[in-house]
Amino acid sequence: MNTELVQQVLQLFPGITASEFRGGTRLVVPVDLLHGLLEELKQRRGFDLLVDITCVDYLEYRDAKDRFGLVYLLANTETAERLTVRCFVNDPEPSVPSAVDLWEGANWVEREVWDMFGISFSGHPDLRRILLPEAFTAHPLRKDYPLQGRGERHNFSVVRRAEPPAKA
Amino acid sequence: MPLTPLTYPGDLAHDESQPYLWTMNFGPQHPATHTTLRLVLKLEGETVVDAMPDIGYLHSGFEKIGEHLDYNQYVVVTDRMNYVSPMANNVAWHLAVEKLLGLETTRRCQYIRVIISELARISDHLLCLGAMGLDTGAFTHFIYAFNPREQICDIFEALCGARFTNSYTRVGGLMYDASPKAIQMIREFLKQIPRTFDDMERLLNRNRIFVERTRGVGVLSKAEAINRSCSGPVARASGVERDLRKDDPYLVYSDFDFDVCCAESGDCYARYLVRMGEMRESVQILRQAIENLPEGPVNIGEDARSILPRKGAVFSTIEGLISHFELVMANRGMKSPCEEVYCATEAPNGELGFYLVGDGSNRAYRARCRPPSFIHFAIFPHLIRGHTISDVVAVLGSLNIIAAELDR
Repeated sequence: MNTELVQQVLQLFPGITASEFRGGTRLVVPVDLLHGLLEELKQRRGFDLLVDITCVDYLEYRDAKDRFGLVYLLANTETAERLTVRCFVNDPEPSVPSAVDLWEGANWVEREVWDMFGISFSGHPDLRRILLPEAFTAHPLRKDYPLQGRGERHNFSVVRRAEPPAKA
Repeated sequence: MPLTPLTYPGDLAHDESQPYLWTMNFGPQHPATHTTLRLVLKLEGETVVDAMPDIGYLHSGFEKIGEHLDYNQYVVVTDRMNYVSPMANNVAWHLAVEKLLGLETTRRCQYIRVIISELARISDHLLCLGAMGLDTGAFTHFIYAFNPREQICDIFEALCGARFTNSYTRVGGLMYDASPKAIQMIREFLKQIPRTFDDMERLLNRNRIFVERTRGVGVLSKAEAINRSCSGPVARASGVERDLRKDDPYLVYSDFDFDVCCAESGDCYARYLVRMGEMRESVQILRQAIENLPEGPVNIGEDARSILPRKGAVFSTIEGLISHFELVMANRGMKSPCEEVYCATEAPNGELGFYLVGDGSNRAYRARCRPPSFIHFAIFPHLIRGHTISDVVAVLGSLNIIAAELDR
Protein backbone atom coordinates (compact mmCIF):
# COMPACT_ATOMS: atom_id res chain seq x y z
CA MET A 1 0.00 0.00 0.00
CA ASN A 2 1.39 3.34 -1.02
CA THR A 3 0.73 5.24 2.20
CA GLU A 4 2.31 8.45 0.98
CA LEU A 5 -0.04 8.66 -1.97
CA VAL A 6 -3.06 7.82 0.17
CA GLN A 7 -2.13 10.48 2.75
CA GLN A 8 -1.72 13.10 0.07
CA VAL A 9 -5.02 12.24 -1.55
CA LEU A 10 -6.79 12.26 1.82
CA GLN A 11 -5.45 15.72 2.53
CA LEU A 12 -6.43 16.97 -0.88
CA PHE A 13 -9.96 15.59 -0.74
CA PRO A 14 -11.47 15.67 2.74
CA GLY A 15 -14.39 13.26 2.87
CA ILE A 16 -12.52 10.31 1.38
CA THR A 17 -11.83 7.25 3.47
CA ALA A 18 -9.15 4.65 2.77
CA SER A 19 -9.01 0.96 3.69
CA GLU A 20 -7.02 -2.09 2.79
CA PHE A 21 -7.73 -5.78 2.26
CA ARG A 22 -5.26 -8.46 1.12
CA GLY A 23 -2.80 -5.90 -0.18
CA GLY A 24 -5.31 -3.89 -2.19
CA THR A 25 -5.92 -0.23 -1.37
CA ARG A 26 -9.44 1.19 -1.59
CA LEU A 27 -10.62 4.76 -1.51
CA VAL A 28 -14.29 5.43 -0.80
CA VAL A 29 -15.32 8.74 -2.27
CA PRO A 30 -18.61 10.70 -2.23
CA VAL A 31 -20.26 11.21 -5.62
CA ASP A 32 -19.50 14.93 -5.85
CA LEU A 33 -15.76 14.33 -5.43
CA LEU A 34 -15.57 11.28 -7.70
CA HIS A 35 -14.66 12.96 -10.96
CA GLY A 36 -12.17 15.29 -9.32
CA LEU A 37 -10.44 12.38 -7.62
CA LEU A 38 -10.26 10.31 -10.81
CA GLU A 39 -8.84 13.31 -12.67
CA GLU A 40 -6.24 13.91 -9.95
CA LEU A 41 -5.24 10.23 -9.96
CA LYS A 42 -4.96 10.11 -13.72
CA GLN A 43 -3.32 13.45 -14.48
CA ARG A 44 -0.95 13.85 -11.53
CA ARG A 45 -0.61 10.53 -9.72
CA GLY A 46 0.26 8.30 -12.65
CA PHE A 47 -2.80 6.02 -12.59
CA ASP A 48 -3.11 6.17 -16.36
CA LEU A 49 -4.88 2.85 -16.99
CA LEU A 50 -8.54 2.32 -16.26
CA VAL A 51 -8.75 -1.43 -15.79
CA ASP A 52 -12.47 -1.75 -15.27
CA ILE A 53 -15.62 -0.09 -14.02
CA THR A 54 -18.20 -2.28 -12.40
CA CYS A 55 -20.92 -2.14 -9.80
CA VAL A 56 -22.30 -4.15 -6.89
CA ASP A 57 -25.92 -4.08 -5.77
CA TYR A 58 -25.96 -4.24 -1.94
CA LEU A 59 -29.72 -4.79 -1.63
CA GLU A 60 -29.45 -7.99 0.44
CA TYR A 61 -25.98 -7.43 1.84
CA ARG A 62 -25.47 -7.55 5.58
CA ASP A 63 -25.04 -4.12 7.25
CA ALA A 64 -25.06 -2.30 3.94
CA LYS A 65 -26.19 1.32 4.08
CA ASP A 66 -26.16 2.16 0.40
CA ARG A 67 -27.79 0.39 -2.51
CA PHE A 68 -25.17 0.51 -5.26
CA GLY A 69 -21.41 0.56 -4.98
CA LEU A 70 -19.47 1.51 -8.07
CA VAL A 71 -15.97 0.12 -8.46
CA TYR A 72 -13.25 1.86 -10.44
CA LEU A 73 -10.15 -0.29 -10.84
CA LEU A 74 -7.12 1.80 -11.74
CA ALA A 75 -3.54 0.82 -12.48
CA ASN A 76 -0.27 2.54 -13.11
CA THR A 77 1.43 1.20 -16.24
CA GLU A 78 4.89 2.34 -15.07
CA THR A 79 4.96 1.02 -11.51
CA ALA A 80 2.19 -1.62 -11.82
CA GLU A 81 0.50 -0.20 -8.72
CA ARG A 82 -3.20 -0.74 -8.37
CA LEU A 83 -5.90 1.29 -6.71
CA THR A 84 -9.61 0.72 -6.26
CA VAL A 85 -11.97 3.68 -6.03
CA ARG A 86 -15.43 3.02 -4.59
CA CYS A 87 -18.40 5.34 -4.85
CA PHE A 88 -21.84 4.64 -3.38
CA VAL A 89 -25.07 5.81 -4.96
CA ASN A 90 -28.71 5.26 -4.07
CA ASP A 91 -32.20 5.03 -5.48
CA PRO A 92 -34.05 6.77 -7.01
CA GLU A 93 -32.20 7.50 -10.23
CA PRO A 94 -28.63 6.64 -9.25
CA SER A 95 -26.23 8.69 -11.29
CA VAL A 96 -22.53 9.50 -11.36
CA PRO A 97 -20.41 11.67 -13.67
CA SER A 98 -18.98 9.77 -16.61
CA ALA A 99 -15.25 9.09 -16.91
CA VAL A 100 -15.22 8.98 -20.71
CA ASP A 101 -13.63 12.43 -20.86
CA LEU A 102 -10.66 10.99 -18.92
CA TRP A 103 -10.43 7.51 -20.43
CA GLU A 104 -11.83 6.54 -23.78
CA GLY A 105 -11.89 2.97 -22.47
CA ALA A 106 -14.64 3.88 -19.99
CA ASN A 107 -17.17 4.06 -22.81
CA TRP A 108 -18.26 0.44 -23.11
CA VAL A 109 -17.80 -0.54 -19.48
CA GLU A 110 -20.04 2.35 -18.40
CA ARG A 111 -22.60 1.27 -20.96
CA GLU A 112 -22.49 -2.21 -19.47
CA VAL A 113 -23.04 -0.87 -15.94
CA TRP A 114 -25.99 1.15 -17.25
CA ASP A 115 -27.34 -1.94 -19.01
CA MET A 116 -27.00 -4.29 -16.04
CA PHE A 117 -27.62 -1.95 -13.06
CA GLY A 118 -29.41 1.09 -14.44
CA ILE A 119 -26.89 3.58 -13.14
CA SER A 120 -26.72 6.52 -15.49
CA PHE A 121 -23.46 8.25 -16.26
CA SER A 122 -23.99 11.95 -16.83
CA GLY A 123 -21.91 13.29 -19.70
CA HIS A 124 -21.53 9.91 -21.41
CA PRO A 125 -21.59 10.47 -25.20
CA ASP A 126 -23.63 7.39 -26.07
CA LEU A 127 -25.36 5.81 -23.08
CA ARG A 128 -27.29 2.92 -24.66
CA ARG A 129 -27.77 -0.67 -23.67
CA ILE A 130 -24.89 -2.78 -24.92
CA LEU A 131 -25.52 -6.47 -24.24
CA LEU A 132 -29.30 -6.60 -23.91
CA PRO A 133 -31.75 -5.54 -26.60
CA GLU A 134 -32.79 -1.91 -26.66
CA ALA A 135 -36.39 -2.86 -25.84
CA PHE A 136 -35.47 -4.70 -22.61
CA THR A 137 -37.10 -3.03 -19.63
CA ALA A 138 -35.16 -4.23 -16.58
CA HIS A 139 -31.61 -4.18 -15.28
CA PRO A 140 -30.88 -7.85 -14.65
CA LEU A 141 -27.84 -7.77 -12.36
CA ARG A 142 -29.84 -5.95 -9.70
CA LYS A 143 -30.56 -8.22 -6.77
CA ASP A 144 -34.33 -7.82 -7.06
CA TYR A 145 -34.22 -9.38 -10.52
CA PRO A 146 -34.68 -13.16 -10.31
CA LEU A 147 -32.30 -15.67 -11.85
CA GLN A 148 -35.04 -17.38 -13.81
CA GLY A 149 -38.41 -16.45 -15.20
CA ARG A 150 -38.65 -12.80 -15.94
CA GLY A 151 -37.70 -11.52 -19.35
CA GLU A 152 -36.99 -14.95 -20.80
CA ARG A 153 -37.89 -15.71 -24.34
CA HIS A 154 -40.60 -18.23 -23.65
CA ASN A 155 -42.41 -15.61 -21.57
CA PHE A 156 -42.55 -13.12 -24.39
CA SER A 157 -45.96 -12.52 -25.87
CA VAL A 158 -46.55 -14.57 -28.97
CA VAL A 159 -47.89 -12.92 -32.09
CA ARG A 160 -50.31 -15.31 -33.72
CA ARG A 161 -51.27 -15.33 -37.33
CA ALA A 162 -54.80 -14.14 -37.96
CA GLU A 163 -57.30 -16.93 -38.51
CA PRO A 164 -58.05 -17.40 -42.20
CA PRO A 165 -61.58 -16.29 -43.06
CA ALA A 166 -63.99 -19.17 -43.09
CA LYS A 167 -64.91 -20.31 -46.56
CA ALA A 168 -68.44 -19.58 -47.53
CA MET B 1 -32.84 -1.68 -32.95
CA PRO B 2 -31.60 1.90 -33.43
CA LEU B 3 -28.15 2.08 -34.85
CA THR B 4 -27.02 5.46 -33.68
CA PRO B 5 -23.29 5.53 -34.28
CA LEU B 6 -20.67 6.73 -31.86
CA THR B 7 -20.04 10.19 -33.16
CA TYR B 8 -17.31 12.58 -32.26
CA PRO B 9 -16.39 15.88 -33.86
CA GLY B 10 -14.36 15.34 -36.99
CA ASP B 11 -15.98 11.99 -37.66
CA LEU B 12 -15.77 11.05 -41.32
CA ALA B 13 -19.23 9.52 -41.35
CA HIS B 14 -20.82 12.85 -40.55
CA ASP B 15 -18.69 14.98 -42.75
CA GLU B 16 -21.01 16.99 -44.97
CA SER B 17 -18.75 16.73 -48.01
CA GLN B 18 -19.48 12.97 -48.33
CA PRO B 19 -22.40 12.81 -50.71
CA TYR B 20 -22.97 9.06 -50.77
CA LEU B 21 -22.35 6.39 -48.20
CA TRP B 22 -23.18 2.69 -48.27
CA THR B 23 -24.29 0.84 -45.18
CA MET B 24 -23.27 -2.79 -44.98
CA ASN B 25 -24.17 -5.40 -42.46
CA PHE B 26 -21.27 -7.65 -41.43
CA GLY B 27 -22.39 -10.64 -39.37
CA PRO B 28 -23.80 -11.86 -37.01
CA GLN B 29 -23.24 -15.03 -39.02
CA HIS B 30 -20.20 -14.42 -41.15
CA PRO B 31 -17.28 -16.82 -41.66
CA ALA B 32 -14.72 -14.18 -40.73
CA THR B 33 -16.33 -13.14 -37.46
CA HIS B 34 -15.77 -16.77 -36.33
CA THR B 35 -18.36 -16.25 -33.62
CA THR B 36 -21.58 -14.34 -33.31
CA LEU B 37 -21.00 -10.63 -33.46
CA ARG B 38 -22.32 -7.97 -35.77
CA LEU B 39 -20.83 -4.90 -37.34
CA VAL B 40 -22.63 -2.23 -39.29
CA LEU B 41 -20.15 -0.64 -41.65
CA LYS B 42 -20.49 2.68 -43.38
CA LEU B 43 -18.65 2.55 -46.67
CA GLU B 44 -17.55 5.00 -49.25
CA GLY B 45 -16.68 2.74 -52.14
CA GLU B 46 -14.45 0.18 -50.48
CA THR B 47 -13.29 2.45 -47.66
CA VAL B 48 -14.79 2.02 -44.22
CA VAL B 49 -15.65 5.44 -42.85
CA ASP B 50 -17.28 4.16 -39.69
CA ALA B 51 -18.09 0.90 -37.98
CA MET B 52 -20.75 0.31 -35.37
CA PRO B 53 -20.35 -2.89 -33.35
CA ASP B 54 -23.56 -4.47 -32.17
CA ILE B 55 -22.96 -7.13 -29.55
CA GLY B 56 -24.93 -9.20 -27.09
CA TYR B 57 -25.97 -12.11 -29.32
CA LEU B 58 -24.32 -14.59 -26.97
CA HIS B 59 -25.21 -12.91 -23.71
CA SER B 60 -26.04 -15.68 -21.25
CA GLY B 61 -25.88 -13.90 -17.90
CA PHE B 62 -22.68 -15.54 -16.65
CA GLU B 63 -22.28 -12.95 -13.91
CA LYS B 64 -25.82 -13.51 -12.69
CA ILE B 65 -25.24 -17.27 -12.66
CA GLY B 66 -22.07 -16.62 -10.66
CA GLU B 67 -24.20 -15.27 -7.81
CA HIS B 68 -26.09 -18.56 -7.61
CA LEU B 69 -23.34 -21.20 -7.96
CA ASP B 70 -20.74 -21.91 -5.33
CA TYR B 71 -17.04 -21.31 -5.77
CA ASN B 72 -16.33 -24.79 -7.08
CA GLN B 73 -19.36 -25.03 -9.35
CA TYR B 74 -18.79 -21.76 -11.16
CA VAL B 75 -15.53 -22.98 -12.70
CA VAL B 76 -17.67 -24.84 -15.25
CA VAL B 77 -19.11 -21.52 -16.40
CA THR B 78 -15.67 -19.92 -16.70
CA ASP B 79 -14.80 -22.63 -19.23
CA ARG B 80 -17.43 -21.17 -21.50
CA MET B 81 -16.10 -17.61 -21.38
CA ASN B 82 -12.99 -17.76 -23.48
CA TYR B 83 -13.51 -21.29 -24.75
CA VAL B 84 -10.27 -21.15 -26.73
CA SER B 85 -8.20 -21.23 -23.55
CA PRO B 86 -10.50 -22.48 -20.78
CA MET B 87 -7.61 -23.51 -18.53
CA ALA B 88 -6.51 -19.88 -18.23
CA ASN B 89 -10.03 -18.90 -17.13
CA ASN B 90 -10.14 -21.72 -14.57
CA VAL B 91 -6.87 -20.55 -13.07
CA ALA B 92 -7.98 -16.91 -13.02
CA TRP B 93 -11.26 -17.76 -11.29
CA HIS B 94 -9.78 -19.89 -8.58
CA LEU B 95 -6.90 -17.50 -7.93
CA ALA B 96 -9.51 -14.83 -7.23
CA VAL B 97 -11.49 -17.18 -4.99
CA GLU B 98 -8.38 -18.22 -3.07
CA LYS B 99 -7.39 -14.58 -2.65
CA LEU B 100 -10.81 -13.87 -1.18
CA LEU B 101 -10.74 -16.90 1.11
CA GLY B 102 -7.11 -16.35 2.04
CA LEU B 103 -5.87 -19.78 0.94
CA GLU B 104 -2.32 -20.49 -0.11
CA THR B 105 -1.97 -23.42 -2.52
CA THR B 106 0.91 -25.87 -2.53
CA ARG B 107 3.98 -25.36 -4.64
CA ARG B 108 3.30 -28.31 -6.90
CA CYS B 109 -0.21 -27.02 -7.56
CA GLN B 110 1.16 -23.59 -8.47
CA TYR B 111 3.66 -25.13 -10.89
CA ILE B 112 0.97 -27.20 -12.57
CA ARG B 113 -1.25 -24.13 -12.80
CA VAL B 114 1.59 -22.27 -14.53
CA ILE B 115 2.00 -25.21 -16.92
CA ILE B 116 -1.67 -25.32 -17.86
CA SER B 117 -1.85 -21.52 -18.20
CA GLU B 118 1.08 -21.50 -20.59
CA LEU B 119 -0.28 -24.44 -22.59
CA ALA B 120 -3.56 -22.53 -22.80
CA ARG B 121 -1.67 -19.46 -24.01
CA ILE B 122 0.02 -21.44 -26.77
CA SER B 123 -3.28 -23.01 -27.75
CA ASP B 124 -5.06 -19.63 -27.79
CA HIS B 125 -2.36 -17.92 -29.83
CA LEU B 126 -2.22 -20.84 -32.27
CA LEU B 127 -5.93 -20.52 -32.93
CA CYS B 128 -5.77 -16.74 -33.17
CA LEU B 129 -2.83 -16.71 -35.58
CA GLY B 130 -4.14 -19.66 -37.56
CA ALA B 131 -7.49 -17.97 -38.02
CA MET B 132 -5.81 -14.67 -38.84
CA GLY B 133 -3.83 -16.43 -41.56
CA LEU B 134 -6.98 -18.13 -42.79
CA ASP B 135 -8.85 -14.82 -43.01
CA THR B 136 -6.03 -13.17 -44.94
CA GLY B 137 -5.77 -16.03 -47.39
CA ALA B 138 -3.13 -18.37 -45.91
CA PHE B 139 -5.04 -21.60 -45.45
CA THR B 140 -1.92 -23.70 -44.85
CA HIS B 141 -1.04 -21.55 -41.88
CA PHE B 142 -4.32 -22.56 -40.27
CA ILE B 143 -3.53 -26.24 -40.75
CA TYR B 144 -0.02 -25.78 -39.34
CA ALA B 145 -1.47 -24.08 -36.27
CA PHE B 146 -4.22 -26.58 -35.63
CA ASN B 147 -2.00 -29.63 -35.62
CA PRO B 148 -0.19 -28.77 -32.36
CA ARG B 149 -3.43 -27.46 -30.91
CA GLU B 150 -4.69 -31.00 -31.22
CA GLN B 151 -1.70 -32.21 -29.20
CA ILE B 152 -2.49 -29.67 -26.48
CA CYS B 153 -6.03 -31.02 -26.35
CA ASP B 154 -4.56 -34.51 -25.92
CA ILE B 155 -2.40 -33.27 -23.03
CA PHE B 156 -5.43 -31.71 -21.37
CA GLU B 157 -7.29 -34.96 -21.83
CA ALA B 158 -4.47 -36.82 -20.09
CA LEU B 159 -4.52 -34.28 -17.27
CA CYS B 160 -8.21 -34.05 -16.52
CA GLY B 161 -10.21 -36.17 -18.95
CA ALA B 162 -11.69 -33.28 -20.88
CA ARG B 163 -10.27 -31.90 -24.06
CA PHE B 164 -12.11 -28.66 -24.48
CA THR B 165 -14.05 -27.50 -21.42
CA ASN B 166 -11.63 -28.61 -18.78
CA SER B 167 -12.80 -27.28 -15.37
CA TYR B 168 -9.49 -28.55 -14.05
CA THR B 169 -8.91 -26.34 -11.03
CA ARG B 170 -10.61 -26.52 -7.64
CA VAL B 171 -10.56 -24.24 -4.63
CA GLY B 172 -7.23 -24.98 -2.99
CA GLY B 173 -5.89 -27.26 -5.66
CA LEU B 174 -6.68 -29.24 -8.76
CA MET B 175 -9.13 -31.93 -9.78
CA TYR B 176 -6.32 -34.48 -10.22
CA ASP B 177 -2.58 -34.42 -9.87
CA ALA B 178 -0.62 -34.45 -13.13
CA SER B 179 0.19 -38.04 -14.03
CA PRO B 180 3.69 -39.06 -15.21
CA LYS B 181 2.11 -39.85 -18.58
CA ALA B 182 0.83 -36.29 -18.95
CA ILE B 183 4.23 -34.89 -17.98
CA GLN B 184 5.84 -37.13 -20.59
CA MET B 185 3.36 -35.88 -23.21
CA ILE B 186 4.24 -32.28 -22.38
CA ARG B 187 7.95 -33.08 -22.74
CA GLU B 188 7.31 -34.61 -26.17
CA PHE B 189 5.21 -31.61 -27.14
CA LEU B 190 7.95 -29.17 -26.11
CA LYS B 191 10.42 -31.03 -28.29
CA GLN B 192 8.23 -30.78 -31.38
CA ILE B 193 6.56 -27.42 -31.08
CA PRO B 194 9.52 -25.14 -32.03
CA ARG B 195 9.51 -26.78 -35.47
CA THR B 196 5.89 -25.77 -35.92
CA PHE B 197 6.73 -22.19 -34.96
CA ASP B 198 9.56 -22.22 -37.51
CA ASP B 199 7.16 -23.47 -40.17
CA MET B 200 4.57 -20.83 -39.33
CA GLU B 201 7.12 -18.04 -39.33
CA ARG B 202 8.69 -19.19 -42.59
CA LEU B 203 5.28 -19.25 -44.18
CA LEU B 204 4.04 -15.81 -43.16
CA ASN B 205 6.71 -13.52 -41.71
CA ARG B 206 8.02 -12.50 -45.12
CA ASN B 207 5.02 -13.50 -47.15
CA ARG B 208 4.29 -10.50 -49.30
CA ILE B 209 0.52 -10.97 -49.44
CA PHE B 210 0.22 -11.34 -45.68
CA VAL B 211 2.61 -8.51 -44.84
CA GLU B 212 0.92 -6.09 -47.24
CA ARG B 213 -2.46 -6.92 -45.78
CA THR B 214 -1.39 -6.44 -42.18
CA ARG B 215 1.46 -3.94 -41.98
CA GLY B 216 0.18 -0.42 -41.32
CA VAL B 217 -3.37 -1.69 -40.90
CA GLY B 218 -5.27 -0.94 -37.70
CA VAL B 219 -2.57 1.14 -36.07
CA LEU B 220 -2.94 1.74 -32.34
CA SER B 221 -0.50 4.15 -30.73
CA LYS B 222 0.92 3.63 -27.26
CA ALA B 223 -1.00 6.55 -25.73
CA GLU B 224 -4.25 5.35 -27.26
CA ALA B 225 -3.66 1.80 -26.11
CA ILE B 226 -3.37 3.00 -22.51
CA ASN B 227 -6.24 5.46 -22.81
CA ARG B 228 -8.51 2.77 -24.21
CA SER B 229 -7.66 0.26 -21.45
CA CYS B 230 -5.92 -2.24 -23.74
CA SER B 231 -3.95 -5.06 -22.19
CA GLY B 232 -2.12 -8.20 -23.19
CA PRO B 233 -0.70 -8.71 -26.69
CA VAL B 234 -2.75 -5.83 -28.12
CA ALA B 235 -1.17 -3.33 -25.74
CA ARG B 236 2.29 -4.88 -26.00
CA ALA B 237 2.20 -4.62 -29.79
CA SER B 238 1.76 -0.88 -29.29
CA GLY B 239 4.76 -0.59 -27.01
CA VAL B 240 3.10 -0.80 -23.59
CA GLU B 241 5.54 -2.93 -21.61
CA ARG B 242 2.99 -4.37 -19.26
CA ASP B 243 2.82 -8.06 -18.48
CA LEU B 244 1.22 -9.10 -15.21
CA ARG B 245 3.45 -12.16 -15.07
CA LYS B 246 6.41 -9.79 -14.62
CA ASP B 247 4.85 -6.69 -13.08
CA ASP B 248 2.60 -8.31 -10.52
CA PRO B 249 3.84 -11.91 -10.36
CA TYR B 250 1.13 -14.33 -9.32
CA LEU B 251 1.56 -18.10 -8.90
CA VAL B 252 5.29 -18.86 -9.26
CA TYR B 253 6.04 -16.76 -12.34
CA SER B 254 8.86 -14.97 -10.49
CA ASP B 255 10.81 -18.27 -10.54
CA PHE B 256 11.10 -18.35 -14.30
CA ASP B 257 13.37 -16.64 -16.72
CA PHE B 258 11.46 -15.29 -19.70
CA ASP B 259 11.14 -12.14 -21.76
CA VAL B 260 8.14 -9.92 -22.40
CA CYS B 261 7.52 -9.57 -26.13
CA CYS B 262 6.82 -6.06 -27.28
CA ALA B 263 6.60 -4.23 -30.58
CA GLU B 264 6.43 -0.57 -31.46
CA SER B 265 4.33 -0.16 -34.55
CA GLY B 266 0.96 -1.22 -33.11
CA ASP B 267 -0.47 -2.57 -36.38
CA CYS B 268 -1.90 -6.00 -37.18
CA TYR B 269 1.51 -7.28 -38.21
CA ALA B 270 2.99 -6.22 -34.85
CA ARG B 271 0.19 -8.03 -33.03
CA TYR B 272 0.96 -11.12 -35.09
CA LEU B 273 4.67 -10.92 -34.23
CA VAL B 274 4.02 -10.35 -30.53
CA ARG B 275 1.76 -13.40 -30.32
CA MET B 276 4.30 -15.46 -32.24
CA GLY B 277 7.08 -14.36 -29.86
CA GLU B 278 4.94 -15.01 -26.80
CA MET B 279 4.45 -18.62 -27.78
CA ARG B 280 8.23 -19.13 -27.84
CA GLU B 281 8.51 -17.52 -24.42
CA SER B 282 5.74 -19.80 -23.16
CA VAL B 283 7.80 -22.77 -24.32
CA GLN B 284 10.71 -21.38 -22.29
CA ILE B 285 8.54 -21.15 -19.19
CA LEU B 286 7.11 -24.63 -19.77
CA ARG B 287 10.58 -26.16 -20.08
CA GLN B 288 11.69 -24.63 -16.78
CA ALA B 289 8.44 -25.56 -15.06
CA ILE B 290 8.60 -29.19 -16.19
CA GLU B 291 12.25 -29.55 -15.17
CA ASN B 292 11.70 -28.01 -11.74
CA LEU B 293 8.27 -29.46 -11.02
CA PRO B 294 8.32 -30.07 -7.25
CA GLU B 295 7.11 -33.28 -5.64
CA GLY B 296 4.56 -33.27 -2.89
CA PRO B 297 0.83 -32.87 -2.44
CA VAL B 298 -1.13 -31.00 -5.06
CA ASN B 299 -4.03 -29.98 -2.85
CA ILE B 300 -3.91 -28.21 0.47
CA GLY B 301 -4.79 -30.36 3.46
CA GLU B 302 -8.21 -31.91 3.36
CA ASP B 303 -8.74 -31.37 7.07
CA ALA B 304 -8.75 -27.64 6.36
CA ARG B 305 -12.40 -28.23 5.37
CA SER B 306 -12.18 -25.70 2.60
CA ILE B 307 -11.37 -28.02 -0.25
CA LEU B 308 -13.25 -31.00 -1.58
CA PRO B 309 -11.79 -34.36 -0.43
CA ARG B 310 -10.47 -36.94 -2.88
CA LYS B 311 -13.15 -39.09 -4.48
CA GLY B 312 -11.53 -42.20 -3.02
CA ALA B 313 -11.89 -40.81 0.47
CA VAL B 314 -15.51 -39.82 -0.18
CA PHE B 315 -16.49 -43.30 -1.32
CA SER B 316 -14.54 -45.35 1.24
CA THR B 317 -14.34 -43.39 4.51
CA ILE B 318 -17.00 -41.81 6.67
CA GLU B 319 -14.82 -38.74 7.36
CA GLY B 320 -14.38 -38.12 3.66
CA LEU B 321 -18.10 -38.50 3.06
CA ILE B 322 -18.98 -36.11 5.87
CA SER B 323 -16.53 -33.43 4.79
CA HIS B 324 -17.70 -33.77 1.20
CA PHE B 325 -21.31 -33.15 2.20
CA GLU B 326 -20.33 -30.39 4.59
CA LEU B 327 -18.78 -28.59 1.64
CA VAL B 328 -21.44 -29.12 -1.00
CA MET B 329 -24.51 -28.49 1.16
CA ALA B 330 -26.10 -25.15 0.52
CA ASN B 331 -26.04 -23.71 4.03
CA ARG B 332 -22.63 -25.14 5.05
CA GLY B 333 -19.46 -25.17 3.08
CA MET B 334 -16.71 -22.64 2.82
CA LYS B 335 -16.84 -19.47 4.83
CA SER B 336 -15.88 -16.37 2.93
CA PRO B 337 -15.15 -13.02 4.54
CA CYS B 338 -17.56 -10.11 3.94
CA GLU B 339 -14.96 -8.46 1.78
CA GLU B 340 -14.14 -7.69 -1.82
CA VAL B 341 -11.07 -8.51 -3.87
CA TYR B 342 -9.90 -8.00 -7.41
CA CYS B 343 -7.47 -10.56 -8.76
CA ALA B 344 -6.04 -10.26 -12.26
CA THR B 345 -4.09 -12.71 -14.36
CA GLU B 346 -2.33 -12.40 -17.67
CA ALA B 347 -4.65 -14.48 -19.82
CA PRO B 348 -3.71 -15.12 -23.47
CA ASN B 349 -5.96 -12.30 -24.61
CA GLY B 350 -5.03 -9.73 -22.01
CA GLU B 351 -5.83 -8.95 -18.42
CA LEU B 352 -8.48 -11.36 -17.21
CA GLY B 353 -9.58 -10.43 -13.72
CA PHE B 354 -12.38 -11.31 -11.37
CA TYR B 355 -13.89 -8.85 -8.92
CA LEU B 356 -15.38 -10.94 -6.13
CA VAL B 357 -17.63 -9.90 -3.29
CA GLY B 358 -17.95 -12.41 -0.47
CA ASP B 359 -20.90 -12.34 1.90
CA GLY B 360 -19.96 -15.07 4.37
CA SER B 361 -21.53 -17.90 2.37
CA ASN B 362 -20.01 -20.38 -0.07
CA ARG B 363 -21.11 -18.47 -3.14
CA ALA B 364 -20.09 -15.10 -4.45
CA TYR B 365 -22.35 -12.14 -3.81
CA ARG B 366 -21.03 -10.63 -7.02
CA ALA B 367 -18.70 -12.25 -9.54
CA ARG B 368 -17.60 -9.67 -12.04
CA CYS B 369 -15.38 -10.82 -14.87
CA ARG B 370 -13.15 -8.25 -16.53
CA PRO B 371 -13.14 -9.66 -20.06
CA PRO B 372 -10.28 -8.61 -22.33
CA SER B 373 -12.27 -9.27 -25.52
CA PHE B 374 -14.94 -6.78 -24.47
CA ILE B 375 -12.41 -4.02 -23.89
CA HIS B 376 -10.57 -4.80 -27.12
CA PHE B 377 -13.65 -4.91 -29.29
CA ALA B 378 -14.50 -1.38 -28.14
CA ILE B 379 -11.43 -0.07 -29.98
CA PHE B 380 -12.39 -1.77 -33.23
CA PRO B 381 -14.20 1.23 -34.85
CA HIS B 382 -11.18 3.36 -34.04
CA LEU B 383 -8.82 0.89 -35.71
CA ILE B 384 -10.80 0.32 -38.87
CA ARG B 385 -11.72 3.89 -39.84
CA GLY B 386 -10.13 4.81 -43.13
CA HIS B 387 -9.16 1.27 -44.12
CA THR B 388 -10.75 -0.89 -46.79
CA ILE B 389 -13.41 -3.48 -46.23
CA SER B 390 -10.96 -6.35 -46.73
CA ASP B 391 -9.00 -5.05 -43.73
CA VAL B 392 -11.98 -5.66 -41.46
CA VAL B 393 -11.15 -9.36 -41.20
CA ALA B 394 -7.44 -8.70 -40.68
CA VAL B 395 -8.13 -6.31 -37.79
CA LEU B 396 -10.77 -8.59 -36.27
CA GLY B 397 -8.38 -11.52 -36.48
CA SER B 398 -5.52 -9.62 -34.88
CA LEU B 399 -7.67 -8.56 -31.90
CA ASN B 400 -8.76 -12.15 -31.28
CA ILE B 401 -12.34 -11.39 -30.31
CA ILE B 402 -14.02 -14.37 -28.64
CA ALA B 403 -17.74 -13.61 -28.64
CA ALA B 404 -18.56 -15.84 -25.67
CA GLU B 405 -16.19 -13.79 -23.55
CA LEU B 406 -17.33 -10.58 -25.20
CA ASP B 407 -20.98 -11.11 -24.28
CA ARG B 408 -20.74 -13.49 -21.33
